[in-house]
Amino acid sequence: MAASFFNNKARAAAVASSSSKPKAGDNKEDSSRLQPRPKSLDDVAAQDHTTNVLQRTLQASNLPHMLFYGPPGTGKTSTILALAKSLFGPALYRSRILELNASDERGIGIVRDKVKNFARAQLSQPTGLDAAYRAQYPCPPFKIIILDEADSMTQDAQSALRRTMETYSRITRFCLVCNYVTRIIEPLASRCSKFRFKMLDNSAAGERIGNIAEQEGLQLEDGVIDTLIRCGDGDLRRAITYLQSAARLVGATKPPAAKDADDDDTEMTDVGSKSSVITVRSIEEIAGVLPDNILDSLVEAMQPKSGGSVYEAVAGVITDLVADGWSATQLVGQLYRRVVSNEAIPDIQKNKIVMIFSEMDKRLVDGSDEHLSMLDLTLRIAGVLRGN
Amino acid sequence: MALLVDKLRPRTLDALSYHPELSDRLRSLAHSGDFPHLLVYGPSGAGKKTRVIATLKELYGPGVEKIKIDARVFQTTSNRKLEFNIVSSVYHLEITPADVGTYDRVVVQELLKEVAQTQQVDLSAKQRFKVVVINEADHLTRDAQAALRRTMEKYSPNLRLILLANSTSNIIAPIRSRTLLVRVAAPTESDICSALHLAGKKEGWTESEVLNKRIAKESGRNLRRALLMFESIYAQNEKVTDKTPIPPPDWEALVTLTADEILAERSPARLLHVRARLYDLLTHCIPPTTILKTLTFKLVARVDDALKPDVIKWSAFYEHRIKLGSKVIFHLEAFVAKFMRIYESYLMGMDF
Repeated sequence: MAASFFNNKARAAAVASSSSKPKAGDNKEDSSRLQPRPKSLDDVAAQDHTTNVLQRTLQASNLPHMLFYGPPGTGKTSTILALAKSLFGPALYRSRILELNASDERGIGIVRDKVKNFARAQLSQPTGLDAAYRAQYPCPPFKIIILDEADSMTQDAQSALRRTMETYSRITRFCLVCNYVTRIIEPLASRCSKFRFKMLDNSAAGERIGNIAEQEGLQLEDGVIDTLIRCGDGDLRRAITYLQSAARLVGATKPPAAKDADDDDTEMTDVGSKSSVITVRSIEEIAGVLPDNILDSLVEAMQPKSGGSVYEAVAGVITDLVADGWSATQLVGQLYRRVVSNEAIPDIQKNKIVMIFSEMDKRLVDGSDEHLSMLDLTLRIAGVLRGN
Repeated sequence: MALLVDKLRPRTLDALSYHPELSDRLRSLAHSGDFPHLLVYGPSGAGKKTRVIATLKELYGPGVEKIKIDARVFQTTSNRKLEFNIVSSVYHLEITPADVGTYDRVVVQELLKEVAQTQQVDLSAKQRFKVVVINEADHLTRDAQAALRRTMEKYSPNLRLILLANSTSNIIAPIRSRTLLVRVAAPTESDICSALHLAGKKEGWTESEVLNKRIAKESGRNLRRALLMFESIYAQNEKVTDKTPIPPPDWEALVTLTADEILAERSPARLLHVRARLYDLLTHCIPPTTILKTLTFKLVARVDDALKPDVIKWSAFYEHRIKLGSKVIFHLEAFVAKFMRIYESYLMGMDF
């Protein structure tokens, strides 16, 4: 047994093989059926650098405090959960992991009470674990506290963590997960080894989406994967959510295991499965992307006219846009891409236009009225295009 | 007697008169057995709420219409007591967290957790989860939205959220990426006409096609507004013809009057006069953004084409200030002063 216990390679392989199998037991009914969290580090998409380092720590059974940061949907939470699972396995997971996130109360009081109490609790000797379990999971002698979305913790709460992290580092490791590393106070950041999660590049994301679609048996129209990636903006979770929603809308998903198979239910799914091809348009609709023809008409309206003013044309298009409920941030984003990639506009005008975009974005974030802001944006761009 | 808007509100997805594709989609979602979190957005008066209620009915059957109102008390960390109203049926809850202002996070956290951690007891219920409808989701603070994030993932077996918003701009990206976006566009003018036609027929009113069209145009593609106008016209006039005037709401009439006054004379004295009018509007609880917007569009319609972009520019500028600042009258007045200045300098043909 001892030989196999220290044989790290064998153990890692055992972890991988066991976790890649879907477990029939814990098939919880979940709204995110298409969004399985990766079960092991190997399954985490396209973060090779980070997963390599972690893989090594997994084998050495020692961990530093960690700080994961990066844009949303890049697999930060997935990675730490996968790591925790492969370290402790199902039996110890509950007693060794404390997961707190922004939906839990996380003021200074909680840090002083709950976190500290968990952190200083001595480890109980795991009993009743057989050799096979130990061979599969390293079960290192420490606990992990995962603070998800740590950037929404207050400064005070973060400072209260400082001492706790140091005092109990023998038996407790912290893992902070956040989007903006700048919002973590320096003393905390310097106690952790940082892992940056980069945006997924398109090929990796596309591959992942392709896999999922294949597993679920979805039929995709040409170009759907590209559209998904474009709408997702490097956020894999968002892309998968879109795919999932689209699948639901066209009724392509199989009905959930016949738990509550009313006659009513089955009948409806039959009706739904008639047209089960996911189209580019349906993805765009779900993502709230403006269709190209609307954007075309807006750009057309903004072109300088000989003699007359552009106001009437632009105002007309914008009023329709608002009434149709398109979101202003979406319009700003799409119009920006359209204008910046337009070769026909001289660079000097682009300079001015980009300034306008920046101002409008700020205004929208501050909660200005969308109608007025969009109108102002387009009229000012039209003004620049006319050359003044 | 209930207003037409309430009385004739469609109760089921089948009864909805426009956006048939959307109704189909909602129906297939309700029947898929795998109902996602929804973020329903669109301009006001487009029928978001109506569609949500109809979807709930599709999900749970007529039970959702038996609603009651609870007043709950929540306690903040600083021991302040918050009174909060919840509209609920056996199957769903409806809350407007924006009511409690900056404390909405407390409500969202406590209430949703409580709902999420209790399972549906009634075994004969059609769905295992409860639905929480959150009104005015775009007015939720960032904190409250962050609190929603994980709740949505963690408790998804017991809980589904339906967020209602006017726009997705103020919803943080993590929430957007966890929900299915449903856009409800405003009805077109012909949609409104046919809705008015139906309403008229049900009430047994003599109606005129032309008047319906005018109402549809006046309403700015807002069905609720159109129905209210429709009803008030019939309440005020014995006999309705094509040429029956559509009375604008009082506040709009006042804004029009103000716009006329601003255009007629540009002087400090007039500015003082306008200030009284603006105060009048504000004390009648007309939102400052609405005042500014209406005033802007009234003014823009009356000035020369060359000035229009400028007027819009300053209007958007001061609207932004209203949102950031605390005393709205300053910014409204500043806009009026600015307008007087650019209008005057345009008329004089010089810059000053």
